[in-house]
Amino acid sequence: MSATADDLTAQAGPQERFEYVLRLADTSLIAGQRLAALLGHAPALEEDLALGNIALDLIGQARLLLALAGRIEARGRDEDALAFLRDAQEFRNVSLVEQPNGDFAQTIVRQCLLDAWQLEMYESLAGSRDLQLADIAQKAVKECRYHWRFSAGWLVRLGDGTDESRARVRSALDTLWRFTDELLTPDVLDARMAVCGIGPAPVLIRERWQTRVRATLAEGGLEWPRHQHYRWHGKRGEHTEHLGHLLAEMQALPRAYPGVTW
Amino acid sequence: MVSRTAAQAATIERQVWRTLETVMDPEIPVVNVVELGIIRQVRVGADGALRVGITPTYSGCPATEVITQMIRAALDQDGFADARLETMLWPAWSSEWLSESGRRKLEAFGIAVEGAGAGRLACPRCSSRRLERMSEYGSTPCKAHYRCLECLEPFDAFKCL
Ligand SMILES: [Zn+2]
Repeated sequence: MSATADDLTAQAGPQERFEYVLRLADTSLIAGQRLAALLGHAPALEEDLALGNIALDLIGQARLLLALAGRIEARGRDEDALAFLRDAQEFRNVSLVEQPNGDFAQTIVRQCLLDAWQLEMYESLAGSRDLQLADIAQKAVKECRYHWRFSAGWLVRLGDGTDESRARVRSALDTLWRFTDELLTPDVLDARMAVCGIGPAPVLIRERWQTRVRATLAEGGLEWPRHQHYRWHGKRGEHTEHLGHLLAEMQALPRAYPGVTW
Repeated sequence: MVSRTAAQAATIERQVWRTLETVMDPEIPVVNVVELGIIRQVRVGADGALRVGITPTYSGCPATEVITQMIRAALDQDGFADARLETMLWPAWSSEWLSESGRRKLEAFGIAVEGAGAGRLACPRCSSRRLERMSEYGSTPCKAHYRCLECLEPFDAFKCL
């Protein structure tokens, strides 16, 4: 007897599926929260609107994914409980997205490295055997493609711009490159989800991400940064010190006034 | 349980579509939610239950919740309080889901529509096709920002994903 899609999905336990969806959800949520902090602070009105709109998309994706995670967990936690009532070590976002906004070059580099990854992930996840995850992914991939056009466009312009912009974008790449390994290096859960047909094959994501990013760096006259080993495993809950500060701000209100609405 | 004939079900579905046509987009009040293309289905099931499927334009569109509340209120008022509203993410919305009348109303309102099927983008004021894109992002998640090189007026365009 051959295994059906349902059998294979069933092979992945709810705890594993919950953890996996949380990684995607938290990565979108924290990236969105970072960008939202730039409202009114971007270098020009157009960039302010763009970054604010990207933040909205990311937070919207996070809501859909957190709601799905809550349904899988089946312990009564909704999207708000998961976003606002977990501590840093319970967050499963990749460490890249919690890094500070820095200057405009650093914001753009962080977004660009993320967009390339999300785009490839959601493109593959649109064919996931988990149909609820697939539905969210087929919507998110369109948004991520649009985000990538913005961030990649800026990466090229900054790389190909003035001495100052080139120096800043190089410095941002040096600062953030060490966090890209986490995006591309599968752990046990990534590998297991791929076997179950829920997640994409990690090797495929790595190849496509590298091809995409390499072409964009080349277009901006930027070199492929030197490989740096990483020490953070945000997707396992081991974060840099920046996440705690971000959460303190993001969660202050719902924690001080539980259940508050306006 | 009330069992309904296929004809009765079809009549109810038609009445619900009528009701939905009275619900206007809160941010662009010239188009209704049916023209906007976010109503994915209206169906009376074999069990007699009425289901209305809604899809968001963008994952993070802040108007989605308001629109859902407005739809709920309109259905309640027209006697469809038992309707179940369901979110349908698939297939994802794009500007191609805008109806022909929706496109015309948007353009009359000053919002151009880009994307396949809409033809090349034109200035909603003077119809010129000599345009400059100022930003791929605009005042709401569904719009990009352009300027006409003929009449020099800036305008919004429904963005194409
Ligand atoms: Zn014009």
